[in-house]
Amino acid sequence: MALSVEGLAVIRGERRLFKDLSFSLAAGEAMLLRGPNGSGKSSLLRLLAGFLAPAAGTIAWQGRPLAEAEDFRAAALYLGHQDAVKPQFTTEQNLAYAGCLLGLDNATAEIRAGEVLDAAGLGRQRRLPARYLSAGQKRRLALCRLLLMPAKLWLLDEPTNALDSAAIDWLGRALADHRAQGGAVLLASHVPVPLPDAQALLLPEGKLAKDEPAGDELT
Amino acid sequence: MSAFWAIVQRDLRINLGAQGAALTTILFFVLAISLFPLGVGPEPQLLARISAGVIWVAALLAAQLSLDRLFQADHEDGTLDLLARAPLPLTLTIAAKLLAHWLGTGLPLALIAPLLAIMLQMDSAALPALLLALLLGTPSLSLIGGIGAALTLGARRGAVLVPLLTLPLLIPVLIFGVGAVEAAATGLSASPHLLLLGAFLALALVLSPFAAAAAVKLALE
Repeated sequence: MALSVEGLAVIRGERRLFKDLSFSLAAGEAMLLRGPNGSGKSSLLRLLAGFLAPAAGTIAWQGRPLAEAEDFRAAALYLGHQDAVKPQFTTEQNLAYAGCLLGLDNATAEIRAGEVLDAAGLGRQRRLPARYLSAGQKRRLALCRLLLMPAKLWLLDEPTNALDSAAIDWLGRALADHRAQGGAVLLASHVPVPLPDAQALLLPEGKLAKDEPAGDELT
Repeated sequence: MSAFWAIVQRDLRINLGAQGAALTTILFFVLAISLFPLGVGPEPQLLARISAGVIWVAALLAAQLSLDRLFQADHEDGTLDLLARAPLPLTLTIAAKLLAHWLGTGLPLALIAPLLAIMLQMDSAALPALLLALLLGTPSLSLIGGIGAALTLGARRGAVLVPLLTLPLLIPVLIFGVGAVEAAATGLSASPHLLLLGAFLALALVLSPFAAAAAVKLALE
């Protein structure tokens, strides 16, 4: 198992969001987090990303507890609600900066950023200051960060926010490629996401279910 | 290390940009100091007597102006999440941001201060001491200020809280900074004061990135 979670509980403020949460995720598998607003989907993702400490329970990455798994920080990529796009820099500069943060050198980061932007359909906006991008284009730019370097686990919080249908298709292909290369996905969303054969984790109960085929949830 | 310099470069570009910290800081510094001859009168002896204190107090206050945005802007748009999860340790990331803050604010202040000192009739023998004292003192302003900025992250009145937290810690810098200039003006050696400023900087350099990183981690919870 790439990621296994045992008896996890999270307390935010004075409130317990969920308890006794257990699940595991193998390479290439995907899990959708479902649940009403405030049920702890974002908190679970932030916890796995290392921002929060669990109130109880253990998280293990490839058999070792998270605290001892030094490779986890680099192996997992997290995308939150916010796009982290600086309006005064161009689309390409924004993406290349993320590449530099991941440890690429300047030249490689720029080349990689160009390739990823072309694939994401943002090639024409490459030299445009990001303040002129629409909300959906900014979200696409944020998603591009996941594609700069191969990673073993994606933690995505509402990745489809503001995306149009073409961009959702593109995200679906990116998710499929990622899983084909052995990457696991943990994704929180309350709209249908193109993620075939995903398990669903219902929060706050922590029940596992087979995810309904996309589309049925809207009715 | 390329990540470290990428952060320095980018923050410096933001600081020097149109909405950046550099312009506000330098304008405030120049304007505040130019008001003194108008306020207290143009007598050379009086201006020379107060010049060191005026320049240092103005530098201290000017440095506070941009501090509340140091991490706040990155916190609001999510960049701080990205920085905190990057392979580079958060302490070094914070150090890079503080370095960029100093290059954009403290360094230009130190470099234009001798010109303003001439305007205030400061003894020309004291000018090198002033420049050196500011070069040693202003990095401490950014470093200690960084702790305050990180602690007030997420607080709504951060702009008010940062000076309240950091100014008391910066009083030694003010005292020895002014001391260095006055010693040089009276013909004494400025080096004891400069050495103390250096010691303060060394301490701040070691402690402040760790303290600020711990505060930023708390804010991201």
